[in-house]
Order: sequence, then structure tokens, then C-alpha cells
Amino acid sequence: MPNKNRILKVFWTIIALTFLCVIINFPTQLPIKFNIGNFQVDHTFYRPDFSFKLGQKEFKKNMDLKYGLDLAGGASLIFDIDTSNTKKEDLEEALNALKANIERRVNLFGVSETNVQLVNQDGNHRLNVELPGVEDTSSAIKLIGTTAQLSFKGVIDEKLFKEATTSAELEKAMKNTDLSGSNLVKSTVEINPNNSQPEVAIELDSEGTKLFANITKEYLNKQVAIFLDNQFLMAPNVQVIITEGKATISGNFDSKAAKELSAQLNAGALPLSIKLIQQNQIGATLGQDSINSGIFAGIVGLIIVCLFMIGNYGRLGLIADIGLIIYGLITLTLYRLIPVTLTFPGIVGFILSIGMAVDSNILIFERMREETRKGKNWNSAMELGFGRAWDSIKDANACTIITGLILFNPLNWSFLNTSGMVRGFAITLILGIFIGIFTGVFVTRNLLRVLAKEKIQK
Amino acid sequence: MKFRPLFYILSACLLLTSLFSFIFWGFKTSIDFSGGSNWVMILPSKPSQDSINNVFKENNLDSPEINTTDQTYTLKFKNIDPEKKDQLVTSVTKIDSQYKELKFESLGPVLGKELLRKTIFAIVLSAIALLIFIGSRFKDFSFGAAAVLAMIHDAIILVGSFSLFGHFFGAEVDSLFVTALLTTLSASVHDTVVTFNRIKELKRQNYKIDWVELANEAVTETLSRSLNNSMTIIFMLLALVVLGGSTTHWFATALLVGVVCGTYSSIGVAIPLVLFFKKDKKKK
Repeated sequence: MPNKNRILKVFWTIIALTFLCVIINFPTQLPIKFNIGNFQVDHTFYRPDFSFKLGQKEFKKNMDLKYGLDLAGGASLIFDIDTSNTKKEDLEEALNALKANIERRVNLFGVSETNVQLVNQDGNHRLNVELPGVEDTSSAIKLIGTTAQLSFKGVIDEKLFKEATTSAELEKAMKNTDLSGSNLVKSTVEINPNNSQPEVAIELDSEGTKLFANITKEYLNKQVAIFLDNQFLMAPNVQVIITEGKATISGNFDSKAAKELSAQLNAGALPLSIKLIQQNQIGATLGQDSINSGIFAGIVGLIIVCLFMIGNYGRLGLIADIGLIIYGLITLTLYRLIPVTLTFPGIVGFILSIGMAVDSNILIFERMREETRKGKNWNSAMELGFGRAWDSIKDANACTIITGLILFNPLNWSFLNTSGMVRGFAITLILGIFIGIFTGVFVTRNLLRVLAKEKIQK
Repeated sequence: MKFRPLFYILSACLLLTSLFSFIFWGFKTSIDFSGGSNWVMILPSKPSQDSINNVFKENNLDSPEINTTDQTYTLKFKNIDPEKKDQLVTSVTKIDSQYKELKFESLGPVLGKELLRKTIFAIVLSAIALLIFIGSRFKDFSFGAAAVLAMIHDAIILVGSFSLFGHFFGAEVDSLFVTALLTTLSASVHDTVVTFNRIKELKRQNYKIDWVELANEAVTETLSRSLNNSMTIIFMLLALVVLGGSTTHWFATALLVGVVCGTYSSIGVAIPLVLFFKKDKKKK
């Protein structure tokens, strides 16, 4: 047994850690109102914000628990991307352009934390779109699903074009051309050797070349406006008649803006068509019900487990229960800090891991009983119990972690599960095991050492 | 281990029942596997099932499978595209203007096949990983093999029990079930490893002791721990089965079956198997 000072130091560290966790898990606002005799208490406690400055950098962390779509409500859509008409070398660029494009459209919904993700499933490219809080899925699907369209319009009334405030006026100032995104072969970013300004180069197919030659002839020294999805992009000046189907769009843009424009042009030019293969819409009320019933079941289960432990192991059980509460606090804190997005299976994983966290304590206490039966005194029985049980705890939990990792699939192997639901379960299970070992072995052992000392003094 | 014949008979019965149910009744798969649509809504006017069937008929769709609890309607039907969904919403609003959607899922059959393939991969991969891990930890592959076989025993019983539940109570096999199955596997091994560890320890203390005697002692010593531990997990899960929402009812049930099975199999299957392997070696 290590010396007294060290034990006390560890003991106070555990208390401090618990206190810190309590603060982090504090509700953002907690009004307290009560009367004791004439003494009135009316005070609202606020959770301190986690933000501090270190040198020049400012650290800020949002401590709110993050809920997945199944709990917060919202829509999740999976699209299949048709890549059969795209050359292999252009695929990556096309996919990224598609993603950027869809992200731009999704942002039109004005909801926060939307998520657009490309998934490669054995060569089948998919696009996962998550829209938290969106109830009108049909219009979302329509908005996302339409293919980006690039269009060129000649400016016929420059004065009106500049001063136009309504779209009707803008329409009047321009004339449609037959040139569209389907005539574009590809667009790249180039650096002009004369002034080292980035430019966007476009390459047209044979039909587009002819059309473009006509347009540049018609609008020589005038502007041609470029639109993507009927959204105005830019109106470059035509400086020469272009007959070879290649052109550069120069303007005062930096390399980032040039890359963005090029990507947007490519998205219109390489229409990767997408098809909806899965939609999942969860109303916010259903999610709230799930949270409530899950929390209720968790609390009831926890109380039964606590009573069971006290009934079975008496004082030892009480210590294990304290360890269990610390376990719960640390787990919730980590969920906030990492942050772990909580899904319903995730909550179940958490509840299940509480059961597993108690396991280490049961193993240890059973061992201690055996040692006391053999005639060892209480103190050495405790130390022996922890030492002997450690082997079993280590091996047994390693097995659970192996399965947990296969479920979580950290390397994103496409032959394993990639669904957020299963992963949400796996991450809470894995976290639970690690924290469970920490509180079940380290924390309870040190709590017992301090309390065991008291017992001897008595 | 004098109960060994009893364990053999019990396990054989469970396995045969599982296989029987699996072969004759198969599964009730959810749309996660077979593809289709699942639509949950609140209709305060409580229209009759016929009027809902009519809505589907108007839109040239087969009648859905309807489940109702008070005002909540759960409809199951084939996979549809967004336009069709819009038409259905319009028609449903006509029979109940206060229609409120709780959930709508629609999946193509492709994803289901993928899920099935991935699950089998995950089980095989877990089995191999655990076989290697346990085998090398105990420096004896009969332990690894026994643990993995006990694990497969549990998996078959869980799958079989869900085939039975599906046949009699309408339980569906969905992607949550897959998660439960994989957790069961790890919980089963968790228990087995604790008992094996004790055998290893006893063997170290007394090298000459007979394997059967050894197993008896190890089981007696770890039995109360196994039961107590399973009890705590069972409490948590029972709370979920009884109090948790309908979403997780069957999920928690699956985990419950798995945990009970896992506790039994470490004593009733894994240990007898180790003894069986050891006896075989002696004869040679």
C-alpha cells in the first residue's frame, strides 16, 4: 500500500475532478428560489463559459450536448451518384465540385450544422445529406436533386444591367444565348504569366465552340453574364472574338475565388446526376419522447443497480455506487468535450456500459470476499482483491473493445459498417469501457483506501 | 461439471429450436433489410383502416400494413419516390386536416443487402480477432476455440429467438438488431474470459490438478460474480424493455436474450468444450 500522503493526494484529486465534472454538466441556467424563515433566497446560477486566452489565442468551447438526427428531429437523405459518364481522372474533381454545389444549395435552408458527406461504397459513390430540424423534406429533395445549370446571357443594355435592382429588370437587360453548361468540357484555374493573376480557363466542345464564336462576335467589347442555377456569378468583358473554343475569365479574384468559380463551373459542366435511394424523416416530438423515455429508463435502472450493490456488498457497494456516479459524470463531461453526437442507440450504449462498469467492482469485491475467507485481514484482502481481479478485468474488457472497434470502424473500411447509428452505439460503448475501468478500479480503490484507514482508527 | 450431460441436452434443444424456427419461419425483416417505406403519423380524427387503404388505392399503390395505437398510425409499404410521397400527403390531409408526420423512412433494397453483408463481415472479423486474442493470451488455442464456439452458440440462439419472436409477436430484424447481436458476442466472450482466467490461475497454483476438478473449482469460484454481474446488466436492460420507448423495445429485448445466453454459455458451453478438447488431447 502506498504511503498515506500519496493516497490523500489522489483522493483530493478525484474529488476535484468530480467537482469539475459537476460544473461542466451544470445546466446553463439554474434558478433557485426558496425561503427559510425570513431568509429569502432568489438567485440564478449560470454555468461559466469555457473560454480563456493563452497568449494570442482564444479558446472557446461550446459545452452543449449534441444530439443526432434521430433525437433532434430532421431529415437524412442518401443519394446515389451516377459516375458512369465521367472519366476516371476527372472523377475526384467532379465529386468535390458536386459536394460544394450541394453544400451551397443546402445552405439556402438556413439551418445550422447541416452535413454533406461523400461516401465511396465499393466504387458506388454516394452523397449523404443531413438536415437537422428540416421538416419539409420534399422541397429539400427537390432543391438538392436538380442538376446545376450553367447559362450564358449577353448583356444588351449595359446601363440597365448595372442599375438593375429587380430580377425582372435584370432579365430585360440581357438576352439568352444557346450556350449552356452541357457545352463545357472542363474548367481549370490558370495563372496569367503577365500579371500573375489567377484566371479561370474554360474549354468548350465543338458545338459550344461555334456558339461561343458567334456570341463573342455579337458581344465584342460588351459583357456576357454567367449564371449558375439562375444565380448571377459574373459578367466578364469580351475582349476578342474567340474561335478555338477556349477562353479565360479574368477578374479581380484571388486564387481561392478562382478555384471556387472553376469548381462551380465544372459542377454545371459535368452534371453528375444523383438519385435518391434513402430518406429518413424524424419529427422533433418523436425525438424528444425517445430522449425522455431513455433517460427515465436509465435513472430507474441505475437506482436498482445501486440498491442491488448496497444490498449485496454493504459498505463496499456504497463506495462502488459513488464510483458509478463519478463514472456517469465523467462520461457526460467527455460527451460534451469531444463532442460525441448522441443518437438513440448511443444512449442505450451508455446505459449498457453502466452495467459493464459495475462488473469490475463485482469482480474485485468477490475476490476480496474470498481472500477474507482465507483469513487475510481486511486491508490486505482489499489490495489482493484489486491486484488479482485486474487480470480478468483487463482481458475481459479488451475483448469488448475489440468488438467495439470493429463496430466503430475507425479506418472507414468500406466493407464494414459505416452507418451513424451503429457507430454512435460503438463510440459510447468504447468510451464507457475505458471510463468504467478508470472509476471501477482506480477511483474506488483510492476511495476504499481512505475509508479503510478510518475503519482502523475506529 | 457433473451437470455436463444436462448442459449438452439444454444447448442442443436451444440450438435445434433456433434452427427449426429459422428454417421454417425465417425472419420478419424490417425495411432496413428488405427496402420499403415506413411512415408514422398522428391522425387525430382516427380514420378507419379502410379509408387509409382507399388513399393508397387512389394513388395506385397496394394497401399498406397498418398498425395503430390511439392516434398514431404506422404504415408500411413499398419504396416510393418523393413525388408519390407528396401525392400521398395531399390525399391523407384530405381525410384528416390535422395530419402530422412523426417519421418517414424510405429505403431502396440495395442498402439492405449491404447491411447484411457488412454484418456477416463484422461477425467473422470479430470471431477471428477474438480467437487470436484469447488464444494468445492463454497460450492455448483450445481456450480461444471454446470461447468463439460459445459465442457462435449465443449468436445462433439470439437469431433463432428473434425468428420465434417475429413469428409470434411481430418482432422485426433491423439494423439495431445487428448492433445488439454484435454486442451479445462481446458480452458472451467477456464472461467466458473471466472464468478462463480463473482456470489459468488455478492451474498455475497447482499444476497436477485434473482438468475436470479445475473447471469445477473455477466455476464455483466465479459463479456468484457471473450471476451478480449479469443481474446488474439485466436490471438496466429490463428497465429499458419495460420503460423505454417503442423504438428500443426489441433492441433491448435482443440485448437481454443475449446477456442471459452469454452468462449461461460461458459455464454451460465454453467450459465443457475446453474439457472436451483437453480429453481429446490426452487420448492421443
